[in-house]
Amino acid sequence: MTGPAADSLTTASPREAVPGEARAEPLLKIRDLTVTFSSRGRATVRAVDGVNLDVAAGSTVGIVGESGSGKSVTSLAAMGLLGRRGVEVSGSVDFDGSDLLHMPEQELRAVRGREIAMIFQDPMSSLNPVLTVGRQITEILVRHRGLSGREARDRAAELLNSVGIGDSLRRLKSFPHQLSGGMRQRVMIAMALACAPRLLIADEPTTALDVTISAQILELLRRLVVDTQTALVLITHDLGVVAGLCDTVHVMYSGRIVESAPRRPLFADPRHPYTTGLLASVPRLDAPRSVPLLPIPGSPSDTLPWARGCAFSPRCTRQVDACLGAPPVLEPLEPSSHLLRCVNPVPPEKSLG
Amino acid sequence: MLKFAVRRLLLLVPILLGLSILVFLFVRALPGGPETALLGERLTPERAAAVRAAYGLDRPVYEQYVSYMGKVAKLDFGVSIQSQRPVSEEIGRRFPATVELATFAILFAILVGIPLGFVAGRRPNSWLDNFSTVGSLIGIAIPVFALGFLLKYVFAVKLGWLPGTGRQDVRITTEHPTGFFVLDGLLTGDLPAAWDAVKHLILPAIALGTIPLAIITRITRAAVLETSNEDFVRTAEAKGMTRQIVTRRHILRNALLPVVTIIGLQTGLLLSGAILTETVFAFGGMGSFMADALFSRDFPVIQGGILFLAVVFVVVNLLVDISYGFIDPRVRTS
Amino acid sequence: MSLTQGVELAAGDRSGEAAGGLYRDALRRLRRSPTAIVGATLVLLFVFVAVFAPLLAPYSPTAVDLTDIRPGVFPGPSAEHPLGLDQLGRDELSRIIYGARYSLLIGVVSLSLGASVGLALGLIAGAFGGWVDSLVMRGVDIMLAVPSLLLAIGVAALLGPRLISVMIAIAVVNVPIFARLLRGSMLAQRRSDYALAARSLGVTRSRIVLQHVFPNSLAPVIVQGTLALATAIIEAAGLAFLGLGSPDPAIPEWGRMLAETNAFLASAPLLALWPGLAIVLSVMGFYLLGEALREALDPKLRR
Repeated sequence: MTGPAADSLTTASPREAVPGEARAEPLLKIRDLTVTFSSRGRATVRAVDGVNLDVAAGSTVGIVGESGSGKSVTSLAAMGLLGRRGVEVSGSVDFDGSDLLHMPEQELRAVRGREIAMIFQDPMSSLNPVLTVGRQITEILVRHRGLSGREARDRAAELLNSVGIGDSLRRLKSFPHQLSGGMRQRVMIAMALACAPRLLIADEPTTALDVTISAQILELLRRLVVDTQTALVLITHDLGVVAGLCDTVHVMYSGRIVESAPRRPLFADPRHPYTTGLLASVPRLDAPRSVPLLPIPGSPSDTLPWARGCAFSPRCTRQVDACLGAPPVLEPLEPSSHLLRCVNPVPPEKSLG
Repeated sequence: MLKFAVRRLLLLVPILLGLSILVFLFVRALPGGPETALLGERLTPERAAAVRAAYGLDRPVYEQYVSYMGKVAKLDFGVSIQSQRPVSEEIGRRFPATVELATFAILFAILVGIPLGFVAGRRPNSWLDNFSTVGSLIGIAIPVFALGFLLKYVFAVKLGWLPGTGRQDVRITTEHPTGFFVLDGLLTGDLPAAWDAVKHLILPAIALGTIPLAIITRITRAAVLETSNEDFVRTAEAKGMTRQIVTRRHILRNALLPVVTIIGLQTGLLLSGAILTETVFAFGGMGSFMADALFSRDFPVIQGGILFLAVVFVVVNLLVDISYGFIDPRVRTS
Repeated sequence: MSLTQGVELAAGDRSGEAAGGLYRDALRRLRRSPTAIVGATLVLLFVFVAVFAPLLAPYSPTAVDLTDIRPGVFPGPSAEHPLGLDQLGRDELSRIIYGARYSLLIGVVSLSLGASVGLALGLIAGAFGGWVDSLVMRGVDIMLAVPSLLLAIGVAALLGPRLISVMIAIAVVNVPIFARLLRGSMLAQRRSDYALAARSLGVTRSRIVLQHVFPNSLAPVIVQGTLALATAIIEAAGLAFLGLGSPDPAIPEWGRMLAETNAFLASAPLLALWPGLAIVLSVMGFYLLGEALREALDPKLRR
């Protein structure tokens, strides 16, 4: 679009490769999404920095990163849920041909919950404590499906059944605090799937749950997504969650995608030092006992502004001079579905996993 | 819920017993007993002793207490020294006035405070928010009696729009079956009388309701601001609920929980404020009645009145707690 | 007690941390809060006027200037008397300035008396628990069951019309509030994870209470203390209005100055304005400062 001078130090180049680019027109097409937060007396923060992302209908896409990497902000910005004060969102979010970022509010509200649904991290705080779960499910059916009274209640009971909550007619009368954590997340899923959306965004859906419960919830999500042909964007910090579920995985660091590949190549042949770091820090049951867990040194706040080089370089074990000075570009490898933003990638044979 | 209410009522028993003992001792410790109130200038030692004997004050204190409590159990609070009428009758005459005044005051505070606080909380830093912030600050900082004077001066004296004293025009001679003048007017079908009582209530109710109004406004604003950032509001937005449903069903309902608590806590405050308001507007309710009794050492009235007010106070708080259970399911079911 | 109510709501969830860090953090946030700056400015102005009243006041608060005084005529503001003369021909400005002393005196004495008794009771209840706690708290319940102004009137009536009676009356009103506040705050602290951790490490109970629980429980008390100064000014005014202040009419007490103007409001409304303004501004100062402190000391808002 613009000359090399503006191709610039602050935002990712529009000429960059697009992760997960599909041959057919994708269901969700995020282009150059940038989110900056500014508040009085503090430096502005660019939480999402020129992210490009495609999600094909019916596919399952994982976005992985530490807290603060911008993965949740990406989804909230796409849904227009960030609020207005002190937030600036630019770029485009194209859903089935219409731009969500520039849609009139009325229309956007009609899309949310009907075409695109979301599940959040903490099912306790994400459910309204003073309304019965039945009310919270039926209100969607009333709003988007025009159902009324009895119909809505029966449909809500069916939904609860489908997410594995028995005795559902009685459960509809429960309040969130009367349910267990796993049950609450099942209710959230039932709410999200109430209108059979075409896209489901799950933001850390299992982080607040016990390990055994979280496995059940993931299995439930996987089954429902397959059964209903819903596209799923799964946002998590846990590569283990992604491994069992996603077709494509994007790894984010400091507001940008640093590596992106179909599931198999990513796990078999991770190339970005950050990705290998994430993998090495996850305990694996199938690894030999002698392989130690390797934490990534430093914390996610030790970043370099992308304008001055690779944001990960302060924590990177493979840092070289070329990492600094200019931002690395997201480029395709062989095969071209594997994209990487790194000047000194991990060689294929040295990779872990 | 019932168990909770019963337990709270049982808890009331030791509080009232303790309070009755304290009040009993307090009245006897007051300098200048009933003999001063009754005899005044004509006070001589002999006459004083006669008065004290007549009121049983010459007997040992514990004996007096036991016989007093025996009467209280039969709802006999004794006879007022000032008016020579039964204390229960005097309370029965004044208490409705205070209830009427407090009801109008709290209604004024709620009906103005919640919408104002709500709008301010939804649009922080708007001109309306700033206006309500400054207004509630002044409302909290201005002494009740000073506000009473101001209202009386402007609206009763200068403009003459509203009456500035009393509960009803003296020329109105309608029946008072309940003692609540507005209600009495409606019950007897005397609408002008009811309207006149309402007009007499407006200024005192505003004076008394201003501090609760300021507090309710501020709490509502803070609660709305906080609730708007809750995760479940984001969920409701993500579900595509209309703005109206998000605001009313999800934000307002949750934001009202702390507001209800605060409204309950205002009861004691209203009774304190009523003492001053009733004095300014010569309103003839419990507050000014009790203050007068303290000044005139009318000890049967002090004893009976404080016990009565304490019961009212505790019962109102109990009712607020129970109503809280109805709004917040977490309290109801745990 | 109008100004106290949010404090206990906020006091419930104070998490355990080194008390020093909490207060350092709070100070840092106070400096950035406009509420705190306005409140502190008003409070400092009030204290300054009170302390330096003899230097600031152009006249003695009791000196009478009868040159322009006639019945029913109140000379308004003039060059010699910026706020005019009161009904007895005394300089209004000087009386307002000296009045700050009495308000501050009443506030500070009633607060220190009431808070120390209340905190001692709360500390005993919170530290010992069990039947001691029950006993103290029932006593507190009894005091709270009486409307605060009625309680104050009663105490003032008991002690006779003197300035110290007003102070004690307001102090008595403060006692149950501070007792309940500290006890509730300590209870929450005792149940907290860090107290449990300390106990599991074998730290003795008295050490946990005195070195950890008590300092960490003080945050809501500091807030309440600030608000109690605001309440004291208002209650003193109310008592003065009811005729329960000092019997000496020479004492320039804002509440009485305001109450006395009722008789000639129509001819000299400005004489009601000055003490009213003085009360409103000083109460507002303490109130704003208290609000800012509450926000600054709230660990939920720490960043």
